Amino acid sequence: MTTLTRRTFGLATTAAGLALAAPSVLHAQTTARLVVVGGGFGGASAARYARIAFPRIDVTLIEPKTSFVTCPYGNLLLAGERTLPQITHSYDGLQARGVRLVHDWAETIDASAKTVRLRNGQTIPYDKLILSPGIAIRWNAIEGYGEAAAEAFPHAWIPGTGAQTALLRRQLEALPDGGVVGFAIPPNPFRCPPGPYERISMVASYLKAHKPRAKILALDAKDAFSKQGLFQDAWNELYPGMIEWVPLNKDGKVTKVDVQEKVFETELGTRHKIDVGNVIPPQSAAQIAIDAGLTNDTGWVPVNPLTFEATRARDIHVIGDANIGQPMPKSGYIANSTSKVAVAAAVAALEGRPAPAPTVYFNTCYSHVGPEYGISVVGIFRPGETAFVETANAGGVSPRGPLAQQREQRRLEALHADAWYGAITKDAFS
Amino acid sequence: MTLPTSVLPGAALALVLSMAPHSPVRAEALTPPPIALSCAGCHGPNGAGEGSVPRIAGYDRQAFVQTWAAFRANERPATIMNRVARGFTDAEVAQLADYFATVR
Repeated sequence: MTTLTRRTFGLATTAAGLALAAPSVLHAQTTARLVVVGGGFGGASAARYARIAFPRIDVTLIEPKTSFVTCPYGNLLLAGERTLPQITHSYDGLQARGVRLVHDWAETIDASAKTVRLRNGQTIPYDKLILSPGIAIRWNAIEGYGEAAAEAFPHAWIPGTGAQTALLRRQLEALPDGGVVGFAIPPNPFRCPPGPYERISMVASYLKAHKPRAKILALDAKDAFSKQGLFQDAWNELYPGMIEWVPLNKDGKVTKVDVQEKVFETELGTRHKIDVGNVIPPQSAAQIAIDAGLTNDTGWVPVNPLTFEATRARDIHVIGDANIGQPMPKSGYIANSTSKVAVAAAVAALEGRPAPAPTVYFNTCYSHVGPEYGISVVGIFRPGETAFVETANAGGVSPRGPLAQQREQRRLEALHADAWYGAITKDAFS
Repeated sequence: MTLPTSVLPGAALALVLSMAPHSPVRAEALTPPPIALSCAGCHGPNGAGEGSVPRIAGYDRQAFVQTWAAFRANERPATIMNRVARGFTDAEVAQLADYFATVR
């Protein structure tokens, strides 16, 4: 039997400590149901991996959209270096692998009955749930920044169909030369730690070419940020005098926005007049995780570092940006890397095997800061008893140094960033 | 700059593969060990390579281990693999080498 052969092969080459289940048990498990909620990097990677590694398992992916627009490379749309179709991925590849696609909103989870209720009223039963719901915006955490305000000051932080990013791009195109582009940047933790700074860079790249007298005012609710030295070096080299970054301790935290007056107001009452405003608001785990009682008082989901099972509910494994993964970043790569661990742990539990041995959770985040100018941060993490632990004396950021000395490094990292995008989207969607 | 694949002449690869204890198998007939799953984000599913990032599927086992050690010691030009290499133990590198040598 094909599945038996594949299974035996897989187990034989998997990490030590796994025992081959008895054939009778195996037979009874052929209908085990793995349901994945959320078709982003975490959920798509989980569904794909589940079909490859555990073809005996029934896999359903619940995702309302029929295609996925990535957050990564969305900033390149702002610079005019990518188009929306280039960062849009269909679920056809997953379907071809035998993943059952359900295009509807998963509205609630009943952890006792082990069902997911869809917006259309249907319920979908699961034996194990992989929940990869992403983030929710904490509307009105910044006074005046509700859903309607996002039509004036786009967040462009949850891509959806790409409308928010397209709106921000149109606003930049309409910006008068000499105008001011304001950014409101949230405190930690939030989705994609280097993202706001890559976005500033890509907007600066556009402005340098088209509105060289325009300025960028970046108001930050933090005193430090990801790859800070590298970003600031690049800003000085590529966009001298264009970008002003204001940290928390210099009154950088935006507490109120006024869409009529086009003003960002900071903690100490300073009112900054801007022409285009991008508010990257404070965030939490997506609403479905909150409603299911999975989050703690931080608004994010605590999980077991070895299995990603939610500490507040059995048989729900929470991956991606929604969980408490510090010191791991909320990144697509971490979602992809940990999705496979969560699936392996979930299937092991279903089949009465111990959780797989601890392994590496891997992250590399590239950022484009200008043409042929890429930078990166690498992080290697492992599960600890109660938290995630970064492996010491490893990883870290690209070497600093003047562009004249680092030109080849920057050029290669920009190329590798493009390769990363191609590779990881294949590993999630193909 | 020297690409890592340049240490892998085709003839040597063919020889090693023919001597390998396991015959090469189609990538998807073989489930990667957990440690190898993270490589896919840059090197592509099953290490097939992607754009400027080299193919590591079919990489000679010994060359893999040696290349890794050179990255770890900063003795080989690298953009990010030197930073990556320092985060993995010898036992983990051995697992990676075993797996990628077996995938074709």
